[in-house]
Amino acid sequence: MLRVLFFARLREQLGCEALELASEPGIDSIAALRAALSERGPVWKEALADANLLAAVNKSLAEPGTPLVSGDEVAFFPPVTGG
Amino acid sequence: MSGSPVVAGVLTESELARYSRQILLPDFDIAGQETLGRACVLIVGLGGLGSPAALYLAAAGVGHLRLADGDTVELSNLQRQIVHDEASLGVNKARSAAQRLAALNSTTQLHVFEERLQGRALAVAIAGADLVVDASDSFATRYALNRACLEAGVPLLSAAAVRLEGQLALFDTRSGGACYRCLYPLAAADDQRQACAESGVLGPVVGILGSLLALEAVKYLAGMQTLQDEVLMLDLRTLAQYRLRLQRRPECSDCGSGAVP
Repeated sequence: MLRVLFFARLREQLGCEALELASEPGIDSIAALRAALSERGPVWKEALADANLLAAVNKSLAEPGTPLVSGDEVAFFPPVTGG
Repeated sequence: MSGSPVVAGVLTESELARYSRQILLPDFDIAGQETLGRACVLIVGLGGLGSPAALYLAAAGVGHLRLADGDTVELSNLQRQIVHDEASLGVNKARSAAQRLAALNSTTQLHVFEERLQGRALAVAIAGADLVVDASDSFATRYALNRACLEAGVPLLSAAAVRLEGQLALFDTRSGGACYRCLYPLAAADDQRQACAESGVLGPVVGILGSLLALEAVKYLAGMQTLQDEVLMLDLRTLAQYRLRLQRRPECSDCGSGAVP
């Protein structure tokens, strides 16, 4: 089981703030999770396509290759540069 | 009133009165005030984030403020860029802010850069500063500040905000911490310079993030504990906060093995 959280405008774009995913053998990294979530439809694909989207695993900044195991909490944040 | 010091040190009687409410804090104290008075901070961007940051740092008695911005004040800025007013319309933002700050605290020495600092001009503006406050509005400026701060060995305190969301982090690589490029490794094609124009932003959102810039700057300068090796993510629509641990990326193109000397 993976717990996935979405923050700020991602939450509004996706209409979803959290979901739980049954662990699947293919979803073993941040990149694989993004790919799997992108399959949920065009809105998901577009929202998760941003190159600078930030991902955290168990509250630590993660990279595309960061491995995922059952029980992990993953959070996605949109990049912010305005000011 | 005479300016003769009451306590051994550099603070005058008037300064002791003026800053008494923060001097009362045990971990700030007179030493913190004296340190602030000697400190030099470069603030890049005098917009929504830079407005409260600059106001609070001048009010707190930071001795030297360098203000940099190449833009002029527009009508649509006044909803959130509170250091400026209607009389500032059409005036360079750094100059407009300096006028307000000079009226607020005549003892703060102000240096104005009426340009989007880059290259050698940016290196000169950073030289001798104790801290750089990134209150800018684009990835391009943030990456340039990151590289210049790394070269100069000056810590970079950075905030960003749009819509109802914001981020804050202190990048101090001298102690082995991550840099801004470790957080955002890829140069993004989408520049959010126009983010506020396109996506909108509520004034208090930049107000909160700009105030946090001032808070962390004062804490850093006074030697108090600051946000460290973490990014604070604020979702101000729900008031949720999330703190994300940050680690230096060994292969970072700015501070790591991927860096081009």
